[in-house]
Amino acid sequence: MSGTGDVRVDPYPAEMRASIERVEATRAGRLRDGPTAAMSAVERDELLKAFHPDYKEDKKRALAIGPSAGQLLPHEVAEVLEAYPLLEPEAVERLEPDIEVQVLVLGGGGAATVAALFAHEQGVPASEILIATKLRHGDCNTIMAQGGIQAADRPADSPPIHYLDVLGGGHYTNDAELARALVSDAPMIIDWHERLGILYDKVGGEYLEAHGGGTSRMRMHSAKDYTGMELMRVLRDEVRNLAIPVLEFATAVELLLDEEGQAAGAVLMNLETEEMTVVRAHATVLATGGFGRLHIQGYPTTNHYGATADGLVLAYRAGVPVIDMDSVQYHPTGVAYPAAILGQLATEKLRNQGAEPVNRDGNAFVYPLEPRDVEAAAIIRECYGRDGGVSTPSGVRGVWLDTPMIDEIHGKGTIKRRLAAMWMMWNRHGIDISVDPALVFPTLHYQNGGVEIDARGATAVPGLFAGGEVAGGVHGKNRLMGNSLLDCNVFGRRAGIAAAQWAQEHRPGKGTLSHVARYTASLESAGIPRARTAPMILPDYRREAVLARTLRGG
Amino acid sequence: MSDEPATTRIFIMGKAYDVPAGVTIMDAMEYAGYRFVRGAGCRSGFCGACGTVYRKEGDYRLEFALACQEMVEDGIHLTQLPFTPAPREDYVLEDLDPTENVLLQHYPELARCVACNTCTKACPQDLEVMDYIQAALRGDLARVVELSFDCIQCGLCAMRCPADIKHYHMAQMARRLYGVSASPAPGHLAERLQEMEAGRYEDELDALVAASTEELKARYAERDIEKSSEESA
Repeated sequence: MSGTGDVRVDPYPAEMRASIERVEATRAGRLRDGPTAAMSAVERDELLKAFHPDYKEDKKRALAIGPSAGQLLPHEVAEVLEAYPLLEPEAVERLEPDIEVQVLVLGGGGAATVAALFAHEQGVPASEILIATKLRHGDCNTIMAQGGIQAADRPADSPPIHYLDVLGGGHYTNDAELARALVSDAPMIIDWHERLGILYDKVGGEYLEAHGGGTSRMRMHSAKDYTGMELMRVLRDEVRNLAIPVLEFATAVELLLDEEGQAAGAVLMNLETEEMTVVRAHATVLATGGFGRLHIQGYPTTNHYGATADGLVLAYRAGVPVIDMDSVQYHPTGVAYPAAILGQLATEKLRNQGAEPVNRDGNAFVYPLEPRDVEAAAIIRECYGRDGGVSTPSGVRGVWLDTPMIDEIHGKGTIKRRLAAMWMMWNRHGIDISVDPALVFPTLHYQNGGVEIDARGATAVPGLFAGGEVAGGVHGKNRLMGNSLLDCNVFGRRAGIAAAQWAQEHRPGKGTLSHVARYTASLESAGIPRARTAPMILPDYRREAVLARTLRGG
Repeated sequence: MSDEPATTRIFIMGKAYDVPAGVTIMDAMEYAGYRFVRGAGCRSGFCGACGTVYRKEGDYRLEFALACQEMVEDGIHLTQLPFTPAPREDYVLEDLDPTENVLLQHYPELARCVACNTCTKACPQDLEVMDYIQAALRGDLARVVELSFDCIQCGLCAMRCPADIKHYHMAQMARRLYGVSASPAPGHLAERLQEMEAGRYEDELDALVAASTEELKARYAERDIEKSSEESA
């Protein structure tokens, strides 16, 4: 590996180093006095309105067409929802189904994998299930989730207490039945994981459970800071053991509905050859994840390469309403330096283990474990409302996350042991976060809203089920740490079970794209420009100067 | 850092491109005009999609890294590896006996390890890969778990191994077997499940679901926050 054996040069430029010295000067006092007090409800509201990106009304617009017409959401999301299909509907309808299965699962992350496993457990044979995913099985946001998964399993805790934390964190905008399902299934999900051999952190036979932002009990289960990776690789391994078929690099470009409006499968596109495959299915599960790669308001993102809201686009055309799409989760602590890894995730676990955000003078300015939207807004205020930010050579501002506090509190070596992924990420760039603090700024992290579902994972389209980040309502306008890994398990499971039951009782008619034709007609009457197409499938990060000189772009 | 050149000359599959200094291999390739279908996944070092091999100018050795994490250097010759063909063995977790060396039974090629340490050198996570292969040969599950835990399953070890060992598939099986045989869930989890089964919290949840926003706000404000007691480590 690079760097080993070299003489270390200071990874921080002189001005940043001078600021670090001020952070070091206040550290002992901050450790002695404990963190800044948490904000009151009124203080939180005022801060959010003044500094959270969601509250900038000019960054949103009302949808002109479709089942949620009139709903306000970010321009970037409206651009993909109000867009023409990639396919000519007539061309595809001549194609006979290439594959026929009982349950088709779209997506390749946590929710999709859990849905497939539970469809199988409901009695659908492996050969009657198909997982179809855009990239590889496991190239997803689940695998990057670091901090943990919430479940109220300790005697001092309970599902009702968890429920209250979820509702308060979501500003009481959550769908109550979905939130109830989330907290009620949590202990059972952890038990299922144990039976699959997932290795949660334990000390002396007890779980090492910690707080997260906005929790009132310590219920964060973790696997170092590789929690999502440990979950995803085990779930994927089980799919492989059961020989459930997976089509990789086969992304859904349209859902099929029969003449009654019932889900009948999907059209997939081979990403490499662009060949279409028509899959007929008795039930379809949408588990396609979120929208980070739309870069709402220009923010960098923690999300994987394929997080382009495709499932949302397909479902919306098919008539499924969306909910809470006006709210976006900016993770409070994305990497602000070095520029090479800008926007990548600095897990909330750093804060639940004791690291405190401090400004350029080394002063603490916020309780480290506020709910995410509040914590993010406080960091934005410090940088752009109070001039407490630290500027980097590339012109980015951020605040320090005082990571050396973790080893001070828990003992030397804690960071390397419990936060191995974080230590390695910065160490690849010469920064040892057990010695120096890390510079952070909010980064686009999670789609709080999504398609509307009920507690079984059913959508407005019969035979179409959804779970995970693509679905909304569970978290309302703000999700707490550790509830997304939980969500993709709880609602992946529920959607998989409901899809299996539906598939055993229903046979859709011939799949058509007439809903797409109807949607196209409304796009035309709303005067949407023809050049705008979706799903996006992948973002394009090629340099403009190169694109302008290609055969297609010139 | 300020005296570094503004651009870096890199070679992608033999062709020269000038890219900004201080960017990752992945960003540099996109800057040069490549659009990934394969070879890019989470873009944060967790999924293992972007394993890459490269050689530095004037160096005879191949080096290994994740393209989303490794920075370009002047004169670097590189490409992305789209796929690692490494078969894994199916198994039924409940049927495995942890007292026997099931790892060797499922992956007999472990015994072909010549202790060359090439796997360790190839690992972008800096794991002691060869050491966990040796532990697997001894049937030491706990050691395999400890040494392999941070594996992102990129497959670079298996691609380089002269003995054709599938290190990361074997280690996956070892961790799951260890989980079910040697790392039991704490007793309070089973107790909570029994309570849930008996409907212990249903009335309280009914009341919360029916509660008005004002009631919920009042209850939220009254929550007692559990003190972070110092865990032993």
